[in-house]
Amino acid sequence: MRPGPGSTLMTYLLLAGMAALFIAPLLMMFLGSLKADHRVLLESGSLTAFLPRELSLQNYSDVFRRSEFPRFFFNSLFITSCIVVCGLVVNSLAAYAFARLQWRGRDLLFNLVLALMILPFEAIAVPLFYGASILGLRDTYAVQILPFIANAFAIYLFYSFFIGMPRELEEAARIDGASTLRIFFSIIAPNAKPVFASVAILTFLTWWGSYLWPTMVTIGPTVRPLPVAIASFYTLPPLQWGDILAFGVMMVAPVVLLFVIFQRWFVAGVASSALKG
Amino acid sequence: MSRRRRLNDQTAPALLLAMPALLGLLLFILLPFATALVLAFTDLRLGSPLAVNLVGLDQFLYLFNDPDFMRALLNNLLFAAVAVPLQTLLALALALLLNRGLPGTLAFRTLFFMPVVFPMSLVAVIWSLIYAPGPNGMMNAFLQWASFGLWEAKDFLRDPLLAMPAIMLLSIWQGVGFQMVILLAGLQGIPQTLYEAAALDGAGRWRQLLHITLPQLRNPLIFVILVTTILAFRLFDQVQIMTRGGPENATTTVIYETVQAAFARQQVALASAMTVVFFLLVLAITLLQRRFTHHQREVA
Repeated sequence: MRPGPGSTLMTYLLLAGMAALFIAPLLMMFLGSLKADHRVLLESGSLTAFLPRELSLQNYSDVFRRSEFPRFFFNSLFITSCIVVCGLVVNSLAAYAFARLQWRGRDLLFNLVLALMILPFEAIAVPLFYGASILGLRDTYAVQILPFIANAFAIYLFYSFFIGMPRELEEAARIDGASTLRIFFSIIAPNAKPVFASVAILTFLTWWGSYLWPTMVTIGPTVRPLPVAIASFYTLPPLQWGDILAFGVMMVAPVVLLFVIFQRWFVAGVASSALKG
Repeated sequence: MSRRRRLNDQTAPALLLAMPALLGLLLFILLPFATALVLAFTDLRLGSPLAVNLVGLDQFLYLFNDPDFMRALLNNLLFAAVAVPLQTLLALALALLLNRGLPGTLAFRTLFFMPVVFPMSLVAVIWSLIYAPGPNGMMNAFLQWASFGLWEAKDFLRDPLLAMPAIMLLSIWQGVGFQMVILLAGLQGIPQTLYEAAALDGAGRWRQLLHITLPQLRNPLIFVILVTTILAFRLFDQVQIMTRGGPENATTTVIYETVQAAFARQQVALASAMTVVFFLLVLAITLLQRRFTHHQREVA
Protein backbone atom coordinates (compact mmCIF):
# COMPACT_ATOMS: atom_id res chain seq x y z
CA MET A 1 0.00 0.00 0.00
CA ARG A 2 2.19 2.86 -1.16
CA PRO A 3 0.32 6.06 -0.35
CA GLY A 4 0.29 8.75 -3.02
CA PRO A 5 1.34 12.37 -2.33
CA GLY A 6 -2.25 13.52 -1.68
CA SER A 7 -2.89 10.80 0.85
CA THR A 8 0.47 11.49 2.52
CA LEU A 9 -0.62 15.08 3.13
CA MET A 10 -3.98 13.83 4.42
CA THR A 11 -2.24 11.39 6.78
CA TYR A 12 -0.09 14.15 8.24
CA LEU A 13 -3.08 16.47 8.63
CA LEU A 14 -5.02 13.79 10.51
CA LEU A 15 -2.02 12.89 12.66
CA ALA A 16 -1.34 16.56 13.47
CA GLY A 17 -4.98 17.14 14.41
CA MET A 18 -4.97 14.16 16.75
CA ALA A 19 -1.58 15.18 18.13
CA ALA A 20 -2.98 18.61 19.06
CA LEU A 21 -5.78 16.97 21.06
CA PHE A 22 -3.31 14.68 22.80
CA ILE A 23 -0.73 17.31 23.58
CA ALA A 24 -3.09 20.05 24.84
CA PRO A 25 -3.75 18.58 28.33
CA LEU A 26 -0.07 17.66 28.73
CA LEU A 27 1.17 21.08 27.71
CA MET A 28 -1.41 22.83 29.86
CA MET A 29 -0.28 20.78 32.86
CA PHE A 30 3.38 21.52 32.33
CA LEU A 31 3.06 25.24 31.59
CA GLY A 32 0.36 25.68 34.24
CA SER A 33 2.72 24.28 36.85
CA LEU A 34 5.05 27.20 36.07
CA LYS A 35 2.42 29.97 36.19
CA ALA A 36 0.97 31.92 39.09
CA ASP A 37 -2.02 30.06 40.59
CA HIS A 38 -4.71 32.59 39.59
CA ARG A 39 -3.50 32.62 35.96
CA VAL A 40 -3.90 28.87 35.41
CA LEU A 41 -7.70 28.75 35.21
CA LEU A 42 -7.91 32.28 33.79
CA GLU A 43 -5.71 31.42 30.80
CA SER A 44 -6.98 27.86 30.26
CA GLY A 45 -9.90 29.24 28.21
CA SER A 46 -7.70 30.72 25.52
CA LEU A 47 -4.53 29.94 23.61
CA THR A 48 -2.56 31.84 26.27
CA ALA A 49 -2.73 28.52 28.17
CA PHE A 50 -0.01 27.33 25.82
CA LEU A 51 2.09 30.51 25.90
CA PRO A 52 5.17 30.22 28.06
CA ARG A 53 5.29 33.68 29.66
CA GLU A 54 6.22 34.84 33.16
CA LEU A 55 7.15 31.38 34.34
CA SER A 56 8.49 30.61 37.78
CA LEU A 57 9.17 27.66 40.07
CA GLN A 58 7.09 29.20 42.88
CA ASN A 59 4.42 26.46 42.67
CA TYR A 60 7.04 23.76 43.14
CA SER A 61 8.32 25.29 46.34
CA ASP A 62 4.68 25.76 47.43
CA VAL A 63 4.10 22.02 47.00
CA PHE A 64 6.96 21.29 49.37
CA ARG A 65 5.61 23.85 51.83
CA ARG A 66 1.95 22.77 51.69
CA SER A 67 2.38 18.99 51.52
CA GLU A 68 4.76 16.25 52.57
CA PHE A 69 5.69 15.59 48.95
CA PRO A 70 9.10 13.97 49.64
CA ARG A 71 7.45 11.50 52.00
CA PHE A 72 4.75 10.55 49.47
CA PHE A 73 7.36 10.23 46.74
CA PHE A 74 9.49 7.98 48.91
CA ASN A 75 6.45 5.87 49.83
CA SER A 76 5.54 5.33 46.17
CA LEU A 77 9.12 4.61 45.19
CA PHE A 78 9.66 2.19 48.09
CA ILE A 79 6.38 0.30 47.63
CA THR A 80 6.74 0.06 43.85
CA SER A 81 10.43 -0.97 43.95
CA CYS A 82 9.75 -3.70 46.50
CA ILE A 83 6.93 -5.13 44.37
CA VAL A 84 9.02 -4.94 41.19
CA VAL A 85 12.24 -6.45 42.57
CA CYS A 86 10.66 -9.21 44.69
CA GLY A 87 8.16 -9.91 41.92
CA LEU A 88 10.87 -10.34 39.29
CA VAL A 89 12.67 -12.94 41.44
CA VAL A 90 9.68 -14.87 42.70
CA ASN A 91 7.69 -14.98 39.45
CA SER A 92 10.61 -15.78 37.16
CA LEU A 93 11.71 -18.66 39.41
CA ALA A 94 8.21 -20.11 39.38
CA ALA A 95 7.94 -19.66 35.62
CA TYR A 96 11.27 -21.44 35.19
CA ALA A 97 10.03 -24.40 37.24
CA PHE A 98 6.90 -24.55 35.08
CA ALA A 99 8.68 -24.12 31.77
CA ARG A 100 11.80 -26.21 32.20
CA LEU A 101 11.63 -28.74 35.04
CA GLN A 102 9.90 -32.11 35.10
CA TRP A 103 7.76 -32.57 38.18
CA ARG A 104 4.54 -34.14 39.34
CA GLY A 105 1.57 -31.81 39.53
CA ARG A 106 3.18 -29.27 37.22
CA ASP A 107 0.54 -29.06 34.53
CA LEU A 108 -2.32 -28.98 37.02
CA LEU A 109 -0.72 -26.15 39.01
CA PHE A 110 0.18 -24.21 35.87
CA ASN A 111 -3.38 -24.38 34.60
CA LEU A 112 -4.50 -23.06 37.97
CA VAL A 113 -2.05 -20.15 37.65
CA LEU A 114 -3.41 -19.41 34.15
CA ALA A 115 -6.96 -19.48 35.50
CA LEU A 116 -6.02 -16.92 38.19
CA MET A 117 -5.01 -14.48 35.43
CA ILE A 118 -8.62 -13.57 34.76
CA LEU A 119 -9.19 -12.35 38.34
CA PRO A 120 -8.82 -8.55 38.34
CA PHE A 121 -7.67 -7.03 41.62
CA GLU A 122 -11.17 -5.63 42.17
CA ALA A 123 -12.47 -9.21 42.57
CA ILE A 124 -10.40 -9.71 45.72
CA ALA A 125 -10.19 -6.17 47.13
CA VAL A 126 -13.06 -6.59 49.60
CA PRO A 127 -11.87 -9.77 51.39
CA LEU A 128 -8.29 -8.46 51.35
CA PHE A 129 -9.53 -5.24 52.93
CA TYR A 130 -11.47 -7.27 55.50
CA GLY A 131 -8.38 -9.38 56.26
CA ALA A 132 -6.13 -6.32 56.57
CA SER A 133 -8.66 -4.68 58.88
CA ILE A 134 -9.11 -7.58 61.31
CA LEU A 135 -5.37 -8.26 61.38
CA GLY A 136 -4.71 -4.58 62.15
CA LEU A 137 -2.49 -4.24 59.08
CA ARG A 138 -4.08 -1.12 57.58
CA ASP A 139 -1.79 1.87 57.11
CA THR A 140 1.39 -0.22 56.73
CA TYR A 141 3.88 -0.71 53.92
CA ALA A 142 3.50 -4.49 54.15
CA VAL A 143 -0.18 -4.43 53.23
CA GLN A 144 0.65 -2.38 50.13
CA ILE A 145 3.50 -4.67 49.04
CA LEU A 146 3.08 -8.32 50.06
CA PRO A 147 -0.21 -9.11 48.30
CA PHE A 148 1.16 -7.99 44.92
CA ILE A 149 4.52 -9.72 44.66
CA ALA A 150 3.31 -13.06 43.31
CA ASN A 151 1.54 -12.35 40.04
CA ALA A 152 -0.04 -14.91 37.72
CA PHE A 153 0.30 -12.69 34.65
CA ALA A 154 4.01 -12.10 35.27
CA ILE A 155 4.53 -15.86 35.65
CA TYR A 156 2.77 -16.34 32.33
CA LEU A 157 4.94 -13.74 30.56
CA PHE A 158 8.14 -15.30 31.92
CA TYR A 159 6.86 -18.78 31.04
CA SER A 160 6.15 -17.78 27.43
CA PHE A 161 9.70 -16.49 27.09
CA PHE A 162 11.50 -19.38 28.83
CA ILE A 163 9.61 -22.03 26.88
CA GLY A 164 11.02 -20.60 23.64
CA MET A 165 14.66 -20.61 24.73
CA PRO A 166 16.89 -23.34 23.21
CA ARG A 167 17.41 -26.30 25.56
CA GLU A 168 21.08 -26.68 24.62
CA LEU A 169 21.81 -23.63 26.79
CA GLU A 170 21.18 -25.57 29.98
CA GLU A 171 22.14 -29.09 28.89
CA ALA A 172 25.88 -28.49 29.05
CA ALA A 173 25.67 -26.90 32.49
CA ARG A 174 23.43 -29.70 33.75
CA ILE A 175 25.90 -32.35 32.59
CA ASP A 176 28.64 -30.41 34.41
CA GLY A 177 26.55 -30.89 37.54
CA ALA A 178 25.43 -27.29 38.09
CA SER A 179 22.46 -26.88 40.46
CA THR A 180 19.07 -25.78 39.18
CA LEU A 181 19.32 -22.43 40.93
CA ARG A 182 22.77 -21.85 39.50
CA ILE A 183 21.64 -22.69 35.98
CA PHE A 184 18.81 -20.21 36.38
CA PHE A 185 20.94 -17.32 37.57
CA SER A 186 24.00 -17.90 35.36
CA ILE A 187 22.36 -19.06 32.12
CA ILE A 188 18.62 -18.48 31.93
CA ALA A 189 18.28 -15.03 33.51
CA PRO A 190 21.16 -13.35 31.57
CA ASN A 191 19.62 -14.60 28.31
CA ALA A 192 16.13 -13.41 29.17
CA LYS A 193 16.75 -9.70 29.69
CA PRO A 194 13.92 -8.53 27.39
CA VAL A 195 11.22 -10.32 29.36
CA PHE A 196 12.67 -9.10 32.68
CA ALA A 197 12.61 -5.55 31.32
CA SER A 198 9.04 -5.87 30.06
CA VAL A 199 7.70 -7.35 33.30
CA ALA A 200 9.60 -4.78 35.39
CA ILE A 201 8.13 -1.90 33.38
CA LEU A 202 4.57 -3.26 33.36
CA THR A 203 4.73 -3.90 37.12
CA PHE A 204 6.21 -0.47 37.82
CA LEU A 205 3.54 1.30 35.75
CA THR A 206 0.73 -0.63 37.41
CA TRP A 207 1.77 0.08 40.98
CA TRP A 208 3.09 3.63 40.53
CA GLY A 209 -0.42 4.62 39.46
CA SER A 210 -2.38 2.28 41.70
CA TYR A 211 -5.13 4.14 43.56
CA LEU A 212 -7.97 1.83 44.65
CA TRP A 213 -6.09 -0.30 47.18
CA PRO A 214 -4.05 2.44 48.92
CA THR A 215 -7.15 4.61 49.15
CA MET A 216 -8.84 1.77 51.04
CA VAL A 217 -6.00 0.78 53.38
CA THR A 218 -4.07 3.98 54.12
CA ILE A 219 -5.44 6.25 56.82
CA GLY A 220 -2.90 8.98 57.61
CA PRO A 221 -0.08 10.44 55.48
CA THR A 222 2.63 8.13 56.91
CA VAL A 223 2.56 5.39 54.26
CA ARG A 224 0.35 7.24 51.74
CA PRO A 225 1.57 6.87 48.11
CA LEU A 226 1.43 9.60 45.42
CA PRO A 227 -1.90 8.74 43.70
CA VAL A 228 -3.79 9.03 46.99
CA ALA A 229 -1.70 12.05 47.94
CA ILE A 230 -2.54 14.01 44.77
CA ALA A 231 -6.24 13.25 45.19
CA SER A 232 -6.17 14.69 48.70
CA PHE A 233 -3.87 17.59 47.74
CA TYR A 234 -6.39 18.46 45.02
CA THR A 235 -9.12 18.88 47.66
CA LEU A 236 -6.88 20.80 50.09
CA PRO A 237 -8.19 24.38 50.40
CA PRO A 238 -7.52 26.91 49.07
CA LEU A 239 -7.75 25.56 45.53
CA GLN A 240 -4.37 26.47 43.97
CA TRP A 241 -4.25 25.05 40.46
CA GLY A 242 -0.60 25.92 39.91
CA ASP A 243 0.43 23.91 42.97
CA ILE A 244 -1.76 20.95 41.99
CA LEU A 245 -0.23 20.84 38.51
CA ALA A 246 3.30 21.15 39.93
CA PHE A 247 2.50 18.20 42.20
CA GLY A 248 1.32 16.29 39.13
CA VAL A 249 4.42 17.08 37.09
CA MET A 250 6.71 15.85 39.87
CA MET A 251 4.59 12.76 40.33
CA VAL A 252 4.67 11.72 36.68
CA ALA A 253 8.21 12.88 35.88
CA PRO A 254 9.94 9.58 36.83
CA VAL A 255 7.54 7.53 34.68
CA VAL A 256 7.82 9.87 31.71
CA LEU A 257 11.60 9.84 32.01
CA LEU A 258 11.67 6.03 32.13
CA PHE A 259 9.24 5.94 29.23
CA VAL A 260 11.30 8.25 27.05
CA ILE A 261 14.52 6.33 27.75
CA PHE A 262 13.11 2.79 27.53
CA GLN A 263 10.32 3.43 25.06
CA ARG A 264 11.13 0.32 23.05
CA TRP A 265 10.68 -1.90 26.12
CA PHE A 266 7.45 -0.17 27.18
CA VAL A 267 5.88 -0.80 23.83
CA ALA A 268 7.32 -4.32 23.54
CA GLY A 269 6.07 -5.10 27.05
CA VAL A 270 2.56 -3.94 26.30
CA ALA A 271 2.44 -5.65 22.93
CA SER A 272 3.87 -8.92 24.25
CA SER A 273 1.18 -8.94 26.90
CA ALA A 274 -1.35 -9.04 24.11
CA LEU A 275 -0.13 -10.99 21.15
CA LYS A 276 1.00 -14.18 22.79
CA GLY A 277 -2.45 -14.89 24.21
CA MET B 1 11.79 -46.06 40.50
CA SER B 2 14.39 -46.51 37.78
CA ARG B 3 17.62 -44.60 37.84
CA ARG B 4 16.65 -42.73 34.72
CA ARG B 5 13.32 -41.66 36.17
CA ARG B 6 15.01 -40.42 39.31
CA LEU B 7 17.42 -38.36 37.24
CA ASN B 8 14.58 -36.70 35.35
CA ASP B 9 12.25 -36.13 38.24
CA GLN B 10 12.96 -32.63 39.57
CA THR B 11 10.02 -32.34 41.94
CA ALA B 12 12.05 -31.19 44.94
CA PRO B 13 13.95 -28.28 43.31
CA ALA B 14 10.91 -27.33 41.23
CA LEU B 15 8.66 -27.02 44.26
CA LEU B 16 11.33 -25.01 46.00
CA LEU B 17 11.56 -22.56 43.09
CA ALA B 18 7.82 -22.28 42.59
CA MET B 19 6.88 -22.22 46.28
CA PRO B 20 7.19 -18.47 47.03
CA ALA B 21 5.03 -17.48 44.06
CA LEU B 22 2.52 -20.28 44.61
CA LEU B 23 2.25 -19.40 48.29
CA GLY B 24 1.66 -15.74 47.40
CA LEU B 25 -1.03 -16.60 44.86
CA LEU B 26 -2.70 -18.93 47.35
CA LEU B 27 -2.66 -16.48 50.26
CA PHE B 28 -3.40 -13.25 48.42
CA ILE B 29 -5.56 -14.27 45.48
CA LEU B 30 -7.14 -17.70 45.83
CA LEU B 31 -7.93 -17.47 49.54
CA PRO B 32 -9.41 -13.93 49.41
CA PHE B 33 -11.45 -14.83 46.35
CA ALA B 34 -12.83 -17.98 48.03
CA THR B 35 -13.57 -15.84 51.10
CA ALA B 36 -15.57 -13.39 48.97
CA LEU B 37 -17.59 -16.30 47.53
CA VAL B 38 -18.44 -17.46 51.07
CA LEU B 39 -19.01 -14.02 52.63
CA ALA B 40 -21.50 -13.12 49.89
CA PHE B 41 -23.92 -15.61 51.45
CA THR B 42 -23.63 -14.21 55.00
CA ASP B 43 -24.63 -10.99 56.76
CA LEU B 44 -21.14 -10.08 58.05
CA ARG B 45 -20.45 -6.45 58.93
CA LEU B 46 -17.03 -5.18 59.89
CA GLY B 47 -16.77 -4.47 63.63
CA SER B 48 -20.31 -5.63 64.39
CA PRO B 49 -20.73 -7.52 67.68
CA LEU B 50 -23.70 -9.51 66.30
CA ALA B 51 -23.27 -13.17 65.34
CA VAL B 52 -22.75 -13.88 61.65
CA ASN B 53 -25.53 -15.81 59.90
CA LEU B 54 -25.81 -17.57 56.60
CA VAL B 55 -28.49 -15.72 54.69
CA GLY B 56 -28.51 -17.57 51.37
CA LEU B 57 -29.18 -15.31 48.42
CA ASP B 58 -30.49 -12.41 50.50
CA GLN B 59 -27.57 -10.09 49.67
CA PHE B 60 -28.04 -10.72 45.95
CA LEU B 61 -31.78 -10.17 46.19
CA TYR B 62 -31.10 -6.94 48.04
CA LEU B 63 -28.63 -5.83 45.34
CA PHE B 64 -31.02 -6.43 42.49
CA ASN B 65 -33.68 -4.39 44.26
CA ASP B 66 -31.25 -1.63 45.12
CA PRO B 67 -31.70 1.27 42.68
CA ASP B 68 -28.17 2.56 43.37
CA PHE B 69 -26.55 -0.74 42.44
CA MET B 70 -28.76 -1.23 39.39
CA ARG B 71 -27.85 2.28 38.27
CA ALA B 72 -24.18 1.40 38.76
CA LEU B 73 -24.55 -1.70 36.58
CA LEU B 74 -26.35 0.34 33.95
CA ASN B 75 -23.60 2.99 34.02
CA ASN B 76 -20.90 0.35 33.52
CA LEU B 77 -22.86 -1.17 30.62
CA LEU B 78 -23.34 2.29 29.09
CA PHE B 79 -19.63 3.02 29.48
CA ALA B 80 -18.76 -0.29 27.80
CA ALA B 81 -21.31 0.22 25.02
CA VAL B 82 -20.14 3.75 24.13
CA ALA B 83 -16.50 4.11 25.17
CA VAL B 84 -15.25 0.70 24.02
CA PRO B 85 -16.32 0.98 20.35
CA LEU B 86 -15.23 4.62 20.13
CA GLN B 87 -11.86 3.90 21.70
CA THR B 88 -11.26 0.83 19.53
CA LEU B 89 -12.16 2.68 16.33
CA LEU B 90 -9.90 5.59 17.26
CA ALA B 91 -7.06 3.20 18.13
CA LEU B 92 -7.53 1.40 14.81
CA ALA B 93 -7.52 4.69 12.90
CA LEU B 94 -4.35 5.86 14.65
CA ALA B 95 -2.64 2.50 14.09
CA LEU B 96 -3.52 2.56 10.38
CA LEU B 97 -2.18 6.10 10.04
CA LEU B 98 1.06 5.19 11.82
CA ASN B 99 1.45 1.95 9.88
CA ARG B 100 2.11 3.86 6.66
CA GLY B 101 5.67 4.27 7.92
CA LEU B 102 5.92 7.96 7.06
CA PRO B 103 8.80 9.96 8.56
CA GLY B 104 7.95 11.20 12.04
CA THR B 105 5.83 8.17 12.88
CA LEU B 106 7.84 7.41 16.01
CA ALA B 107 7.24 10.89 17.45
CA PHE B 108 3.48 10.55 16.92
CA ARG B 109 3.45 7.08 18.43
CA THR B 110 5.33 8.39 21.49
CA LEU B 111 2.82 11.19 21.93
CA PHE B 112 -0.30 9.01 21.56
CA PHE B 113 1.12 6.46 23.98
CA MET B 114 2.26 9.04 26.55
CA PRO B 115 -1.06 9.30 28.49
CA VAL B 116 -0.95 5.51 29.07
CA VAL B 117 1.97 5.97 31.47
CA PHE B 118 0.07 8.68 33.41
CA PRO B 119 -1.52 7.53 36.66
CA MET B 120 -5.32 7.74 36.35
CA SER B 121 -5.52 9.81 39.55
CA LEU B 122 -3.39 12.50 37.90
CA VAL B 123 -5.38 12.32 34.66
CA ALA B 124 -8.57 12.81 36.68
CA VAL B 125 -7.12 15.90 38.36
CA ILE B 126 -5.88 17.45 35.07
CA TRP B 127 -9.22 16.86 33.38
CA SER B 128 -11.11 18.36 36.32
CA LEU B 129 -9.32 21.58 35.37
CA ILE B 130 -10.16 21.08 31.68
CA TYR B 131 -13.84 20.59 32.63
CA ALA B 132 -13.85 23.68 34.89
CA PRO B 133 -17.27 25.38 34.81
CA GLY B 134 -17.67 28.80 33.24
CA PRO B 135 -16.36 30.22 29.97
CA ASN B 136 -12.74 30.02 31.21
CA GLY B 137 -12.76 26.24 31.37
CA MET B 138 -10.73 24.77 28.52
CA MET B 139 -13.44 22.37 27.33
CA ASN B 140 -16.13 25.06 27.45
CA ALA B 141 -13.88 27.50 25.61
CA PHE B 142 -13.01 24.90 22.99
CA LEU B 143 -16.64 23.93 22.38
CA GLN B 144 -17.60 27.61 22.19
CA TRP B 145 -14.92 28.19 19.59
CA ALA B 146 -15.81 25.04 17.62
CA SER B 147 -19.55 25.90 17.60
CA PHE B 148 -18.94 29.55 16.58
CA GLY B 149 -20.18 30.77 19.97
CA LEU B 150 -23.34 28.66 20.12
CA TRP B 151 -22.15 26.56 23.07
CA GLU B 152 -23.16 27.83 26.49
CA ALA B 153 -20.70 27.14 29.29
CA LYS B 154 -21.63 24.01 31.27
CA ASP B 155 -20.53 22.53 34.56
CA PHE B 156 -19.67 19.15 33.04
CA LEU B 157 -19.03 17.20 36.21
CA ARG B 158 -22.18 18.41 37.98
CA ASP B 159 -24.51 17.94 35.02
CA PRO B 160 -26.32 14.55 35.17
CA LEU B 161 -26.34 14.28 31.38
CA LEU B 162 -22.74 15.37 30.76
CA ALA B 163 -20.84 13.85 33.68
CA MET B 164 -20.63 10.32 32.26
CA PRO B 165 -19.63 11.40 28.72
CA ALA B 166 -16.99 13.65 30.31
CA ILE B 167 -15.53 10.69 32.19
CA MET B 168 -15.66 8.55 29.05
CA LEU B 169 -13.72 11.14 27.07
CA LEU B 170 -10.79 11.35 29.48
CA SER B 171 -10.73 7.56 29.81
CA ILE B 172 -10.47 7.23 26.03
CA TRP B 173 -7.73 9.88 25.95
CA GLN B 174 -5.77 7.99 28.60
CA GLY B 175 -6.24 4.47 27.25
CA VAL B 176 -6.33 4.66 23.45
CA GLY B 177 -2.54 4.54 23.09
CA PHE B 178 -2.45 1.11 24.70
CA GLN B 179 -4.84 -0.32 22.13
CA MET B 180 -3.11 1.53 19.31
CA VAL B 181 0.26 -0.06 20.11
CA ILE B 182 -1.22 -3.56 20.15
CA LEU B 183 -3.09 -3.04 16.88
CA LEU B 184 0.03 -1.52 15.32
CA ALA B 185 2.04 -4.63 16.26
CA GLY B 186 -0.76 -6.71 14.72
CA LEU B 187 -0.71 -4.65 11.51
CA GLN B 188 3.03 -5.06 11.19
CA GLY B 189 2.61 -8.83 11.36
CA ILE B 190 0.42 -8.96 8.25
CA PRO B 191 2.43 -10.32 5.30
CA GLN B 192 3.00 -7.64 2.65
CA THR B 193 2.45 -10.25 -0.09
CA LEU B 194 -1.27 -10.35 0.74
CA TYR B 195 -1.58 -6.66 -0.21
CA GLU B 196 0.54 -7.09 -3.32
CA ALA B 197 -1.67 -9.95 -4.52
CA ALA B 198 -4.80 -7.92 -3.80
CA ALA B 199 -3.40 -4.90 -5.65
CA LEU B 200 -2.65 -7.12 -8.67
CA ASP B 201 -6.29 -8.25 -8.56
CA GLY B 202 -7.28 -4.58 -8.68
CA ALA B 203 -8.59 -4.30 -5.12
CA GLY B 204 -8.68 -0.69 -3.92
CA ARG B 205 -7.65 0.54 -0.50
CA TRP B 206 -11.09 0.10 1.10
CA ARG B 207 -11.44 -3.46 -0.21
CA GLN B 208 -7.96 -4.26 1.09
CA LEU B 209 -8.88 -2.87 4.52
CA LEU B 210 -12.12 -4.86 4.58
CA HIS B 211 -10.86 -8.15 3.16
CA ILE B 212 -7.26 -8.34 4.32
CA THR B 213 -6.48 -5.96 7.19
CA LEU B 214 -9.54 -6.49 9.36
CA PRO B 215 -9.65 -10.32 9.09
CA GLN B 216 -5.90 -10.52 9.73
CA LEU B 217 -6.29 -8.22 12.75
CA ARG B 218 -9.08 -10.33 14.20
CA ASN B 219 -7.29 -11.66 17.29
CA PRO B 220 -5.57 -8.41 18.33
CA LEU B 221 -8.90 -6.60 17.83
CA ILE B 222 -10.78 -9.10 19.96
CA PHE B 223 -8.06 -8.84 22.59
CA VAL B 224 -8.15 -5.04 22.85
CA ILE B 225 -11.95 -5.06 22.92
CA LEU B 226 -11.83 -7.61 25.75
CA VAL B 227 -9.31 -5.64 27.80
CA THR B 228 -11.15 -2.35 27.33
CA THR B 229 -14.52 -3.91 28.15
CA ILE B 230 -13.13 -5.35 31.38
CA LEU B 231 -11.60 -1.93 32.16
CA ALA B 232 -15.05 -0.43 31.66
CA PHE B 233 -16.35 -2.64 34.44
CA ARG B 234 -13.37 -1.82 36.68
CA LEU B 235 -14.09 1.92 36.40
CA PHE B 236 -13.32 3.58 39.74
CA ASP B 237 -10.42 6.07 40.08
CA GLN B 238 -11.85 8.78 37.81
CA VAL B 239 -15.28 8.53 39.39
CA GLN B 240 -14.00 8.61 42.95
CA ILE B 241 -11.81 11.64 42.33
CA MET B 242 -13.97 13.69 39.95
CA THR B 243 -17.62 13.06 40.82
CA ARG B 244 -17.96 10.61 43.75
CA GLY B 245 -20.58 8.77 41.74
CA GLY B 246 -22.72 11.88 41.26
CA PRO B 247 -24.55 13.89 40.26
CA GLU B 248 -27.70 11.90 41.04
CA ASN B 249 -25.80 8.61 40.64
CA ALA B 250 -25.03 9.52 37.00
CA THR B 251 -21.45 8.23 37.29
CA THR B 252 -21.65 5.61 40.02
CA THR B 253 -20.16 2.22 39.11
CA VAL B 254 -20.14 -1.34 40.43
CA ILE B 255 -16.68 -0.91 41.97
CA TYR B 256 -17.58 2.51 43.37
CA GLU B 257 -20.64 0.99 45.08
CA THR B 258 -18.52 -1.94 46.28
CA VAL B 259 -15.98 0.35 47.90
CA GLN B 260 -18.77 2.46 49.43
CA ALA B 261 -20.34 -0.66 50.95
CA ALA B 262 -17.11 -2.20 52.24
CA PHE B 263 -15.30 0.95 53.24
CA ALA B 264 -17.79 3.63 54.18
CA ARG B 265 -20.63 1.40 55.49
CA GLN B 266 -18.62 -1.63 56.72
CA GLN B 267 -21.03 -3.98 54.89
CA VAL B 268 -18.45 -6.60 54.03
CA ALA B 269 -21.00 -9.27 53.06
CA LEU B 270 -22.91 -6.95 50.75
CA ALA B 271 -19.66 -5.76 49.19
CA SER B 272 -18.66 -9.41 48.69
CA ALA B 273 -21.92 -10.06 46.86
CA MET B 274 -21.13 -7.09 44.59
CA THR B 275 -17.67 -8.58 44.05
CA VAL B 276 -19.26 -11.86 42.95
CA VAL B 277 -21.51 -10.03 40.47
CA PHE B 278 -18.47 -8.14 39.16
CA PHE B 279 -16.51 -11.40 38.82
CA LEU B 280 -19.34 -13.10 36.90
CA LEU B 281 -19.42 -10.17 34.47
CA VAL B 282 -15.66 -10.38 33.89
CA LEU B 283 -15.88 -14.15 33.51
CA ALA B 284 -18.68 -13.85 30.95
CA ILE B 285 -16.71 -11.30 28.90
CA THR B 286 -13.59 -13.49 29.01
CA LEU B 287 -15.46 -16.63 27.94
CA LEU B 288 -17.06 -14.70 25.10
CA GLN B 289 -13.62 -13.59 23.92
CA ARG B 290 -12.20 -17.13 24.10
CA ARG B 291 -15.10 -18.37 22.03
CA PHE B 292 -14.53 -15.83 19.29
CA THR B 293 -10.77 -16.28 19.25
CA HIS B 294 -11.07 -20.05 19.18
CA HIS B 295 -13.53 -19.93 16.34
CA GLN B 296 -10.94 -18.12 14.24
CA ARG B 297 -8.30 -20.78 14.93
CA GLU B 298 -10.67 -23.51 13.75
CA VAL B 299 -11.25 -21.72 10.47
CA ALA B 300 -7.60 -20.93 9.87
